[in-house]
Amino acid sequence: MEFQGFARADGRAGVRNRVLVVATSDCADPAARMIARGMDDVVAITQHLGCIAIETATTLVGAAKNPNIFATLLVSMGCEGIEAEPMMSEIEKTGKPVAMVRIQEIGSIRQTVARGREIVAKMVAESHQRKREALDVSRLAVGLKCGGSDTTSGIAANPAIGVMADMLVDAGASVVMIEPIEAIGAEEFLASRAANKSVQKQVLKWINDEEKRWTVPGAGIDFMCRGNIDGGLTTLEEKALGAIHKGGHRPIKGVLKNRRGCLETVPQGGGFYLQEGTHEEIPAITYMAAAGANIIIFATGRGGVFGHSICPVVRVTGNPETWARMKEDMDINASTIMEGKESIEGVGKRIYDEVVAVASGKLTISEQLGLDNFAVWKYDSRLEALLGLL
Amino acid sequence: MMDAKDNVANAISAIKAGEEVAILSTKQEVVQRLKAKSSLPLGHKIALMDIKRGDEIKKYGAVIGKASKNIAAGEYVHIHNVESNRMPLTEHMLGYK
Repeated sequence: MEFQGFARADGRAGVRNRVLVVATSDCADPAARMIARGMDDVVAITQHLGCIAIETATTLVGAAKNPNIFATLLVSMGCEGIEAEPMMSEIEKTGKPVAMVRIQEIGSIRQTVARGREIVAKMVAESHQRKREALDVSRLAVGLKCGGSDTTSGIAANPAIGVMADMLVDAGASVVMIEPIEAIGAEEFLASRAANKSVQKQVLKWINDEEKRWTVPGAGIDFMCRGNIDGGLTTLEEKALGAIHKGGHRPIKGVLKNRRGCLETVPQGGGFYLQEGTHEEIPAITYMAAAGANIIIFATGRGGVFGHSICPVVRVTGNPETWARMKEDMDINASTIMEGKESIEGVGKRIYDEVVAVASGKLTISEQLGLDNFAVWKYDSRLEALLGLL
Repeated sequence: MMDAKDNVANAISAIKAGEEVAILSTKQEVVQRLKAKSSLPLGHKIALMDIKRGDEIKKYGAVIGKASKNIAAGEYVHIHNVESNRMPLTEHMLGYK
């Protein structure tokens, strides 16, 4: 099967053709947003963890390398700890246009914005020269996430997404899943999916390490939200056993490393991968996007409605009450499974068809509304060191 | 119910106390009928048999936690009578209701 996408110089395929403006830290964020303001298909992103959080540069670079991005402008303040030059040379490796403006060099915010807007306008004009072409579905990389979960996610939405995930893997595409906390209690099933003994070890370590981070005595940190409990999820194990359904049943080929400035991208050649990272919605999607995912499928029982700057987000709800109340904001209704009106396989096929349509340019509801959420997360290296996880 | 080994099932629509409830397998076959002892919202769990304090709670054929109280068949099963074997809910999360 084919979709209409954008072939990139590094061999990957984009489903969008956006121009990205990256503030290398939040100090330069307003200038970056002023540069992007009012321009079609231009998105501005930053990270809010401070200008010396150098690990976040890897995530921002990953976002810029994502095949949905045609070109990138970096906006630097000048005095920050995160250095823009290495970011620029890393992005250049993809063969995509990249430029930089530095506020303290240019002399003022106004002049930087004017210079930045000129550069971005040229990038946009150049991006319009690129046309979609027929590409094989095997060139897609799809990220899976669930959030605002309730029990319907584990019964309807996630199993249907699992059918789609298997169909994509069978077609030679790549699928990636993050959120290791939501594997706690589901070790046996995930370990049984590992392609070999070495991957099995990685999968169990991926889960065990996460359990250590969340069970520090005395820390008492919340790990489920109100909506989970309102929606009938009683324990983390129940949530996890529902969440992993979205990954389908194909062999797990590996766990993508994502720590200490090393962000492994989804290998070309297809297959199912897990990724190190967080389960927090927006940063988790950012991580998958930074690893090369170009479409995100998001299951939500309660009705979590957001988009992402880098990837289209296809929302799926399995909850009939949420569908009735929020259908305007849902891309796919999987609640027909709860009502016995449609099979899990039938809904899975519908989601697969939607992925191909969105890959070919169909706008998701988030895109129609211009929802451009973006957030970056990082491991706390102090905790990692204290727990012996570095 | 999601698996034949399960001792709880999720309500596919809201249930009122005293109602007779049909328990469906994932193939939509009626596998059991029982009287609901409590009302429960869509998606929440009902006990399919008497469960003793400390017994495993099973869903998807896997263990999702243990009973923190004795639970009778037909009773509402949630955070008031079940706890995790892995990560107990915080005081703040126990306040969600």
